[in-house]
Amino acid sequence: MRWIWIDKFLEFESGKRAVAIKNVTLAEEYLHEHVPGFPTMPNSLVLEGLAQTGGLLVGEVNAFSEKVILAKVPRITFHFSAVPGDCLRYTAVLEYVKPDGAMVGVTSHVGERLQAEGEIVFAHLNDSGRTRTLFEPKNFVFTMKLLRVFDVGRTADGKPLEPPGLAQLRSAGVEP
Amino acid sequence: MPTKEEIFSKIQAALVEALGVDEDEVTPEATLMSDLGAESIDFLDIVFRLEKAFDIKIPRAELFPDDILTNEQYVSDGKVTPEGLEQLRKRMPFFNVDAFEANPNVKDFTAMLTVQDMCRYVESKVQVTAS
Repeated sequence: MRWIWIDKFLEFESGKRAVAIKNVTLAEEYLHEHVPGFPTMPNSLVLEGLAQTGGLLVGEVNAFSEKVILAKVPRITFHFSAVPGDCLRYTAVLEYVKPDGAMVGVTSHVGERLQAEGEIVFAHLNDSGRTRTLFEPKNFVFTMKLLRVFDVGRTADGKPLEPPGLAQLRSAGVEP
Repeated sequence: MPTKEEIFSKIQAALVEALGVDEDEVTPEATLMSDLGAESIDFLDIVFRLEKAFDIKIPRAELFPDDILTNEQYVSDGKVTPEGLEQLRKRMPFFNVDAFEANPNVKDFTAMLTVQDMCRYVESKVQVTAS
């Protein structure tokens, strides 16, 4: 199983907000294990999807130079459980980014119905003291491509969003 | 311009939201870490909420003087030296350095920060009107 809890981005406005969707289907095994006999999407995985939506929004602000990790969830409320056939629409709005971390406000909707709402705080992890780094933040650029962020993404001034580093390649005379 | 009561009320609301505690737990005497259960990551959250509530900027070093507390010039054997205490008094006039001076362990410093300290800090950043 890939630990990717969103299917694709619908909107991605750099430094402001992102909208992603997660389709809930009966083919996914975890739905059957959460409440046996009554397949439901676990709310913990809705939270993970919201965190992935918000985490990529936060990471992109600094061109994935920071290791963004979920640090705390000050508030989260689930109004009902999502079931197979639902398409969850996750929205993350950036509240702030600081050198230490960031916070996003998040919502999850099924159609027009508010399924969940809350806040997520991310920390910028400094693991320079470790013998082995936990992960390379630029790995997320691949995930961003997979989730079609660059198909829909916009910079703060409305231009198409490009993967980090592309502009530098162009300015160096290399056509990617 | 807010009154002292309004400042306390906004700080109380910020701490309730950030720490998930009840309003009546947030008394002026309560310490953020021991009494309200704040952990280091919570301070990022608290600072943001205070900046938003009062429309102010809070440089990290004003509330968390890591540069003093990790400076060999001001710390000896895990305790803040008299010179270090002097620096803290200058930097943090809202904090009760006299109480900390009795046993100035660096590791206890942040744990002593109270709600009242936060109120005094915010009062120093905004103009306060008489209630």
